[in-house]
Amino acid sequence: MATYDGLFDTLGLRDWCDGGASDGPMSMADLMAKAQGGDKAGDTSLRDLPFPSLDALHDACAAIPQSRDLTKGLETGFLGIRDALRIVVDPLTQPLSWALESMLHLMTDTPWWIMVPVLMLITWAVSRSWKIVGFVALVIAGLAFVDHYEVAMQTLAIIFVCAFICVLIGVPIGIAMSRSDRLQNIVTPILDMLQTLPPFVYLIPLIFLFSVTEPKLYGIAVILYAIVPVVRLTNLGIRLVDPDVIEAADAFGMTRRQKLFGVQIPLALPNIMAGVNQTIMMSLAMVVIASMVSAPGLGILVLRGIRNLELGTGLVAGLGIVVLAIALDRVTKASLARIDASQAQR
Amino acid sequence: MTDKTVKVSIRNLYKIFGEDPAAALAEVKSGTSKPELLDRTNHVLGLNDINVDMNEGEITVIMGLSGSGKSTLIRHLNRLIEPTAGEVLVNDEDILSWKDTRLRQLRRETMSMVFQKFALLPHRTVLENAAMPLATRGVAQEARAAEARKWLERVGLSGQDDQYPHQLSGGMQQRVGIARALASNSDIMLMDEAFSALDPLIRTDMQDLLLELQSELHKTIIFITHDLDEALKLADHLVILKDGAVVQQGEPQAILLNPTDPYIEEFVADINRARVLRVRSIMTPAVPAGEIAGEVAPGDNLESVIARAGGDVAQTFRVVRDGKTLGYLGMPDIMRALVPRRSSGASAA
Repeated sequence: MATYDGLFDTLGLRDWCDGGASDGPMSMADLMAKAQGGDKAGDTSLRDLPFPSLDALHDACAAIPQSRDLTKGLETGFLGIRDALRIVVDPLTQPLSWALESMLHLMTDTPWWIMVPVLMLITWAVSRSWKIVGFVALVIAGLAFVDHYEVAMQTLAIIFVCAFICVLIGVPIGIAMSRSDRLQNIVTPILDMLQTLPPFVYLIPLIFLFSVTEPKLYGIAVILYAIVPVVRLTNLGIRLVDPDVIEAADAFGMTRRQKLFGVQIPLALPNIMAGVNQTIMMSLAMVVIASMVSAPGLGILVLRGIRNLELGTGLVAGLGIVVLAIALDRVTKASLARIDASQAQR
Repeated sequence: MTDKTVKVSIRNLYKIFGEDPAAALAEVKSGTSKPELLDRTNHVLGLNDINVDMNEGEITVIMGLSGSGKSTLIRHLNRLIEPTAGEVLVNDEDILSWKDTRLRQLRRETMSMVFQKFALLPHRTVLENAAMPLATRGVAQEARAAEARKWLERVGLSGQDDQYPHQLSGGMQQRVGIARALASNSDIMLMDEAFSALDPLIRTDMQDLLLELQSELHKTIIFITHDLDEALKLADHLVILKDGAVVQQGEPQAILLNPTDPYIEEFVADINRARVLRVRSIMTPAVPAGEIAGEVAPGDNLESVIARAGGDVAQTFRVVRDGKTLGYLGMPDIMRALVPRRSSGASAA
C-alpha cells in the first residue's frame, strides 16, 4: 500500500497502472524496507507525506517510470547516437589531435637551449619589455631547475594550441554576435551554460565519444571551457565602440567591411585582448583538470599528489602552475597595455 | 534670389519615432500636436512638415534649442536617418529612392560632415584621419596623404601629422574634422553643432576660419547650431526650428527686424542688435532733407555707424558701395532699429 494509491483510484487509472506493471529491478530502499519486514504503509501521517516524485508515484502505479529510468534513458540515448555523432565529429576534430600532438612534440623535443630563447623572443615580440622577458626566463629556469621543464612545456604546448583555436573561432563568433541581436540572444545562454557547467561535466560525454588516448579529448574540453571570455569580450568590445565614430564612418560612406576592419575591430582591440588574456588563464585552469583524462603536463603531477598522497609532488607542481600562470598573465597584460597606450582616449 | 540655384531641397519632410510611424503620420497630418501625439500614441514627432531650400554656395543655418529636431533634420540630408514621409532633393534628384551603392557614392563624393564631438578615429594619426574620406574611396596612399596635408595646412594644422587626436586640444581636433570634410572635396558640407563643444574664444576663431574658407571655396554649407549669435554671424539663410517645425526662415537680418512669432521675438530679445544689424538692412532710398555727415558701406554694422556719429543723434549718412549711392541712413532709423520689434501680428496697431 503506497501513499498515492488513492489518487490513481479516484482518477480511475488503476487498470492502466496495473496493465503497465512490469517488475523492474528493486531499488536499495525497497530492499531495506523488505529486509526490515515492516509494512508501515497504512499509517503514514501527513508529516511523512512524500513529495509526488517519480519514485513515490511508481510505488502507487507501476506504469509510471522510476527516476533511475530517466538517467538510464539518457545514457542509452547518448550511446544510441554516439556512433552517428562520431562519424561527424571525429574527422572534424582530428586536426585538433594533430595540432596538439605536433605541438607537444615540438616543444618537448626541441633542446632547451633553443626552446628557452625562442620563448623569450616571443615574449619580447608581444610585450616589448625587458623586465617581463627577464621574469619569464626566471620562471622557466626555476621550473627547469627542479626538473619540471618537460611537464611545463607540455602544459604550455596545450595552452598555446587551445588558446589559439579559441581566438580563431571565438573572435568571429563574437563579431557575428555584435552585429545581430538575435544571434546574441541565442549564443549568450550557451556561453552562460559553458561557463557555469562544472568542468568535469564536459568530460563525461567526451569520454564516451572519443577514446581516452586521443589528445583531442582534452583539447575539446579545454577549448569549450576557455572560449567563453574571448567571445563575450569581442562582442562587448565591438558594441562599446563610440557610436559617434561609427556615425562618422557611415557619413563618409564606408562599407560594412571597411567599417569592421578599419574602425570597429581596431577600437575593440583592447577588449578583445582582455578576452584573450582571460582565455589563456582559463585554458591553464582547465588543462590541470583535463589531466584526469590523460592531458600531459603539470596537472598529472598534481593528480599524482592527490591520488598517492604525495604532498611534496603535488605542492611543487601546484606552485609550478601558479608561476606559469603569473608569467602568462604578465605577458598578455603587457601586450594589452601596449595596445591601450597607442590609442588612449584620455 | 532668382539667380541662385537650389542645391539641396527638403519637401514636406516628416519624421516620427515610434512603433507604427505610418499610423501616427496620418494623425499628425490631421492636426494632432506633438504633446498630444506623445500622450495618446506614445510616438515622438521629430520633424513636422519641413520645407527648406538650400542655395548653392551659401551657408544655411538651422537653429533651434535642444530637442527642436535640428540634429535629426541634418541627418536626413545624407540619410543617416530615414524619414517617415517627404522628399530630400540633392541637385534635383530624390535621394530617398537611391539604393545603397548610390547612397554611398553621395556620402563619399557629394556630402561631407563635421560632428559636434569631432568623431575622429582615435587609433589613426591626424594625417590618416584627414585622409579618411579619400582612403574610403580607394585613393592611393601617396595621393591622399598629399591632399590631406594640403587641407590640414589650410586649416592651420601643419606639422601635427603624426599626432594622435587625443594629443590635440578640442579646437585643434575640430580643425582636423574640418580638414577631413574638406579633403573629401564634396560640394556640400554638413556641420552638426560643429563649434558647440569649443570654448567661446576658440569658437570665434573657428567661425572666422569657416567664413574665410567659405569666401574662397563657396561650398554649400548646412550648419546646425543652438547659438543665435553664431547663427547670425554665419548665416546667409536662417531657419529657426521649434518642436520639429519651421517657425520662420529667411535672411537673418530680416528675421531680426520682422519676427513673425512671439517665440522668435523672445529669442532675439537678448541679442546685441547694434553689432548684428547691418546698414543695408535698414537704409532708406528716400533722400533726407538734412546735411550728409559722411559715407558708410552697406556691410557696416550699426555699432560702427554710431561710433562714427560720435553719439550725435541728428546725423545722416549716405550708403555707398563702389562709388554708387545705394541709399541713406539717418540716426533716428538706427535708434528705431535698435529697439526689439514686436512680431508682425502684434505691431500692426
